[in-house]
Amino acid sequence: MAKTRGYAGELVDTSNGIISREIFVNHDIYQQEQEQIFTRTWQFVGHESQVPNPGDYFLSLVGEESVILSRDKLGKLHVLLNSCRHRGMRVCRYDEGNTSDFLCPYHGWSYASDGKLTGVPFYKQSYEGVLDRTKWGLIEAPQMTNYKGSVWVCWDPKAPGFLDYMGGMITYLDGLLDYQDGREAGAVVVAGVQKWVLPCNWKFPSENFMGDMYHAVSHTSVEKVGIGPGGPGQFRQGVDLGRSRDGITSFPELGHGARGLPPGPIDYYPFPTFKAAQGPLDNMPVVEEYFQHIHEERKKRFNGRPSTLVGGHIFPNTSYHALFPRTIAVWHPTGPSTTEGWRWLFVDKDAPTEVKDLARHHFMRYSGPAGLTEQDDMENWAYAHTASTGILARRHPYNFQLGLGATHPVEGVDGAVVTEATHSEENARTFYGRWAQLMDAKSWDDIPSNGPSRGTGSKRSKSNGSV
Amino acid sequence: MGASNAQDREHSLDRLLLVREIEEFLYYEAELLDTRRYEEWLTLLTEDIRYWMPIARNVEYGQQAEREYTRELHDVSWIDEGKHTLSQRVGQISTGIHWAEEPLSRTSHMVSNVDLITVTGDEVTVKCRFLIYRNRQETETDFFVGKREDTLRKVDGQWKIARRKVMLDQNVLLAKNLTILF
Repeated sequence: MAKTRGYAGELVDTSNGIISREIFVNHDIYQQEQEQIFTRTWQFVGHESQVPNPGDYFLSLVGEESVILSRDKLGKLHVLLNSCRHRGMRVCRYDEGNTSDFLCPYHGWSYASDGKLTGVPFYKQSYEGVLDRTKWGLIEAPQMTNYKGSVWVCWDPKAPGFLDYMGGMITYLDGLLDYQDGREAGAVVVAGVQKWVLPCNWKFPSENFMGDMYHAVSHTSVEKVGIGPGGPGQFRQGVDLGRSRDGITSFPELGHGARGLPPGPIDYYPFPTFKAAQGPLDNMPVVEEYFQHIHEERKKRFNGRPSTLVGGHIFPNTSYHALFPRTIAVWHPTGPSTTEGWRWLFVDKDAPTEVKDLARHHFMRYSGPAGLTEQDDMENWAYAHTASTGILARRHPYNFQLGLGATHPVEGVDGAVVTEATHSEENARTFYGRWAQLMDAKSWDDIPSNGPSRGTGSKRSKSNGSV
Repeated sequence: MGASNAQDREHSLDRLLLVREIEEFLYYEAELLDTRRYEEWLTLLTEDIRYWMPIARNVEYGQQAEREYTRELHDVSWIDEGKHTLSQRVGQISTGIHWAEEPLSRTSHMVSNVDLITVTGDEVTVKCRFLIYRNRQETETDFFVGKREDTLRKVDGQWKIARRKVMLDQNVLLAKNLTILF
């Protein structure tokens, strides 16, 4: 029988870099994660650009659960559990659309776009005086925030507010959500969300996105064919192959991690050079000029200390890339051995069409199931998982000792430690440390690092944009 | 038999021969893919090919035509690319270290319901159904089933694929990747 208590220092020993395989493959632990990770933490559900008008909705997921991101008729955003309060039927069965109400196909209860129960058949004859309609609306997420257009929810009212939960990591997420020249909140979603099934535990992709620097061997084939926006001779994400990578930034108390260093002086050109068109529709001179301009603007706006536009992972299951490609991926758990990946592509709202086109082309050949890069990642996650399920394999933990003890705190970014070495598993240790803490804790009250500075809900979250 | 009947019959025969020729081309193409002759497969594509596989969305009745599939050249699709990237896909498989296709998958491409839609000059458009079985490693198995719309162009006496639209009958992709060619 698997342990379901005593993770930190036991199944997850981050100080020695030793983590049990049980946490990836054990069904009881998976069930406990549903309670203690997914109902307690903040998760990305979509972006306001997907629901621009009153009545617009986008069907999303939180963990295993179907949720509706809905903009009500007054323009306010809601995240609602997609399950009728009467007998549980899904009240929304379209990926997206516009509606004045969600009608349950089973017995006809209907709900307004803000979740209120508005219609109940036979109300007068059979429910009057018994059913209080004000108490039977769709279940709404107790905490929701619209941060620079990105919509996040947390199902635990006692959890820290979004900005406290994010801490210094928010600077890195800003790199994705702001205009690339640094103006606030300019990213919008390109229509078409990729969704696919991965035969592995959700923690494989999550960990991978935190510290992608230690598996060059996975991607040698894609580097050989040169899919980067600059063509052969550049990394698959762009920038020269000869340039050393940035290092990593970890947030040990929060469980988040970014690939890249904190904002600092910049002595190199951080964007791809757009040399090789990959198709007749790629207009490279326009794109090149655009990013030269972006580079100059960032230097000015951030006083010579721009943040790097990098990728990272927000605990527990939201990953992102901030430049090429520029995406958010959420790894929804669908069982100990299966995950449903969802992927959104972002572009600057006011970018020239040529830049948007190139971003889209590069994204499709890089990311997701048809992406030349991530196909090889998924092969590794899938068969690493498979090879870890046996009783013999489970007796032997994974090794996470790379770069153990090589971090130092960093000035200017709250709660961050930095590893300047190119290769370190500090972000993975950070991730599993936070995971173990939440799995051991009965509630947020038991988590000391969130004690003094902890928020009391979304009121503490000073998010931008209206909700 | 009257002159016009003979003419009709000749016209029908011409069409039948053309359909048969197109079918043979599509079967030959499937044979190249299933026998992993990817470089030869690339020679069947015109230089300006558009190879597009939209994402299918669940939409309200009445919106299927407009919204069910993501748009070519605008939205994110599964694949929306030209010959350069297709050549890179083939190039990557040929490295021997493209782990998602190493060792290679076993595939069988079944093509059926071949329906000639238009014939204009040196181009034909043709619809068909596809059923692709894939098996790799020990037990990993996928079925890809859907509809295809191809534009074929005769170049120097040879049919080539100038445009391919692949409509996979899935919303959430049930396979972990799309390493195979459709």
